[in-house]
Amino acid sequence: MLAFVIRRFLQSIAVMVSVALIAFVMFRFVGDPVNQMVGVDTPQAEVERLRASLGLNDPTLVQFGRFLWNALHFDFGVSYQFRMPVTKLLAERAPATLELALTAALFALVVGVVMGVYCALRRDSWLARLFQAVSLIGVSLPTFLIGILLIYLFAVILGWLPSNGRGQVVKIGDWWTTGLLTISGLKALVLPAITLGLFQMTLIMRLVRAEMMEVMRTDYIKFAKARGLRTRAIHFGHALKNTLIPVITIAGLQLGSIIAFAIITETVFNWPGMGLLFLKAVQNVDIPIMAAYLMLIGFLFVTINLMVDLAYGFVDPRLRVAMRT
Amino acid sequence: MSIRKWLLAAGTALALQMAVSPAGAVTLRYANQGDLKSLDPYTLNETTTNAHLGHVYEGLTARGKNLAIGPGLAERWETLDGAKKWRFHLRRNVKFHNGDPFTADDVIFSADRVRAQGSNFQTRVPKGAKFTKIDDHTVEVELESPNPILIAQWDTWYIVSKKWAEANNSAAPTPASATTPSHIALNANGTGPFRIDSHQPGVRTVFKANANWWGKKEHNLDEIIFTPIPNDATRVAALLSGEVDVIEPVPIQDIPRVNGSDKARVLAGPELRTIFLGYDQIRDELLESNVKGKNPFKDVRVRQAFNMAVDKETIKARVMRGLSTPSALMIAPELFAFSKAYQSPKFDPDAAKKLLADAGYPNGFEVGMDCPNDRYVNDGQICQAVVGMLARIGVKVNLNAQPKAQYFAKVLKSGGYKTSFYLLGWTPGTFDSHNVLFDIHGCRAEGSPRGESNLGGYCNKEVDALTDKILVESDNSKRDQLIKQAFDITTKEFAYVPLHQQALAWGVSRDVQLTQRADNSVLLYWATKK
Repeated sequence: MLAFVIRRFLQSIAVMVSVALIAFVMFRFVGDPVNQMVGVDTPQAEVERLRASLGLNDPTLVQFGRFLWNALHFDFGVSYQFRMPVTKLLAERAPATLELALTAALFALVVGVVMGVYCALRRDSWLARLFQAVSLIGVSLPTFLIGILLIYLFAVILGWLPSNGRGQVVKIGDWWTTGLLTISGLKALVLPAITLGLFQMTLIMRLVRAEMMEVMRTDYIKFAKARGLRTRAIHFGHALKNTLIPVITIAGLQLGSIIAFAIITETVFNWPGMGLLFLKAVQNVDIPIMAAYLMLIGFLFVTINLMVDLAYGFVDPRLRVAMRT
Repeated sequence: MSIRKWLLAAGTALALQMAVSPAGAVTLRYANQGDLKSLDPYTLNETTTNAHLGHVYEGLTARGKNLAIGPGLAERWETLDGAKKWRFHLRRNVKFHNGDPFTADDVIFSADRVRAQGSNFQTRVPKGAKFTKIDDHTVEVELESPNPILIAQWDTWYIVSKKWAEANNSAAPTPASATTPSHIALNANGTGPFRIDSHQPGVRTVFKANANWWGKKEHNLDEIIFTPIPNDATRVAALLSGEVDVIEPVPIQDIPRVNGSDKARVLAGPELRTIFLGYDQIRDELLESNVKGKNPFKDVRVRQAFNMAVDKETIKARVMRGLSTPSALMIAPELFAFSKAYQSPKFDPDAAKKLLADAGYPNGFEVGMDCPNDRYVNDGQICQAVVGMLARIGVKVNLNAQPKAQYFAKVLKSGGYKTSFYLLGWTPGTFDSHNVLFDIHGCRAEGSPRGESNLGGYCNKEVDALTDKILVESDNSKRDQLIKQAFDITTKEFAYVPLHQQALAWGVSRDVQLTQRADNSVLLYWATKK
């Protein structure tokens, strides 16, 4: 077991180093950061001096080594655009992204499960058909289009909800800011959370529906019915519980992608999170921010996968046997 | 934190939030495509940043609503010795936001700081200029050679407080390679009509009116909240839903929709930026062409043919939706008195084709074109239109339109001018023809800043000689004559294909009155809100 854990851990580190290397090689092709940092009529001599002071004239391998060494110390350098440490910028933006992602995930889970259960139990009702149709839209329409449609309907035409930003935020502790405690903050959260969670919601709904229909056909449900248990107890006490095991696994894995794919939603709603910061960094060739963000997302996925792998090992005895050999 | 404590904190926060905004305060909310990054006024020389910081900092001179130079922190000035010596009389009773008085020491300090390494504004003040303090409110500047346009860009050379900068470890400009953020990058202490209340880079900046400002205020605002909104659709939606009062820019395709709404309107006007096409006329063989062993653009007939094949009126009507001013010159008409005397060559593809044949290309030729697609208004579409127009005279253009980051890395000097045919925009920083002649018409030479942005390498020694005379000529009408002589040569030699001046488009709420300045500076100290 220990050998398995260590092996998994080493593999994770190898993945992180490859992420860093690939990201670093890609940066060769995103353009010249120095041109974004000075005006067009800046003398060339000054441009050259700037390039040298940033270490951009060194060979790629030297730059990569320096980057890895600093990254080991959690030092991702200073943003070219903002002249501020990248770790500080990311920490400032992280609460916005995490609040949005968690709200979206919660929305997807709760609404997805409720709709899925309903569709499985009342397969032929008109509401179930409507849910099915909505879920098709959610799966097929791209996120930015859904976001813009929601903005036009609820912000421009109806004027109920804000179209962009986080509303009023409140500071908690040293660095966490939250929009969950103010009315304008909660209102601002509604549209982006729906936009971000819609895809996951339809995914969960379809999964729950299929699993639940499967479970309803199994023998123990038939036995339960034969024993005369109340329908409610059968549906929610037995069938739903068994349905949720794979759903929870999927939902956990999807959390990572919700955080990573928040980039698009954040751009459409001008949500001041890490995704928006990353997108602007790409436009402005702000390599320190891009590098740190990619490492962070890589770390997130690697950690989630590692935990899932380890959890499986603990839960499933068959896997434990396989590990020993 | 225990649950109870946490709830208490939450409750207090809610209560506080309800108490913060006092009734009756006039707040103007403004959204721009770009960020306000560093607050250090010497870090990035770029129009939007300069305009933002112009609310907080001031220069010795100021430019008015029609861009005319007027007094700023200097009440008046005189030139001695044929513009070799300048004497500035500083405004008395001006205070920085922290209460320190503004004096000659601050001017001398700022002159050193703006020329120091790490400043992006080094050319604002000539290297050899000597600043001398005569008394607390008089400064004399001695130049190495006469310069009648010394103060042309001093409206955006912002004066920094010596005492404050030194006390906060910000005496040197924040260099791009800084590893720790300097105080001045995140805080500001100017003399302007607004002060910075809070600044979260890339998210939100709050300006508050400065009650102790020395000037006569022309706005009725208590507060400006600035948010960068890079996404076009989101920015327009925010204006139409009434969440922001002013946006810049409005995408051309959204102008009718904004004007059709009852909440907002579009302020449009000509901008000073000239959009043009340039071609490599210095290499003996083009980098991207099927013509080998020679460079077709060295032949003036080919350049003339290109000028006659591009239909500026069609670009205006189809690509720019009417929002451009076709241009025959490389400078906007507002900036040069004799502009009206120049006419674009008549659009005539048949004559152009004949010129090409005379030059030895009866079947045209192939050439690669570089174009940005996120820098100027509809830049990518303009290039596509040009490709179609040149196809009519047999020139096959292979278009390479890419984001500005990659585009500039390829075509500018740092990338080795690796282009054969390109689209670029230029606003003379000094609002003067000398800048246009020196930077984009001057002969390139190793070690000299002349012609550094002359990507095609056009060169005529006569134009260079005129340019040098223009710099030191202090008689305005003589100077205009010299400029005319220079432009006569460059247009006759078809140094470029000037296309147009693009239009400004600001979205403004119907409750807001605002003056639009042609250099695209959004200056809200001229804004009033109902």
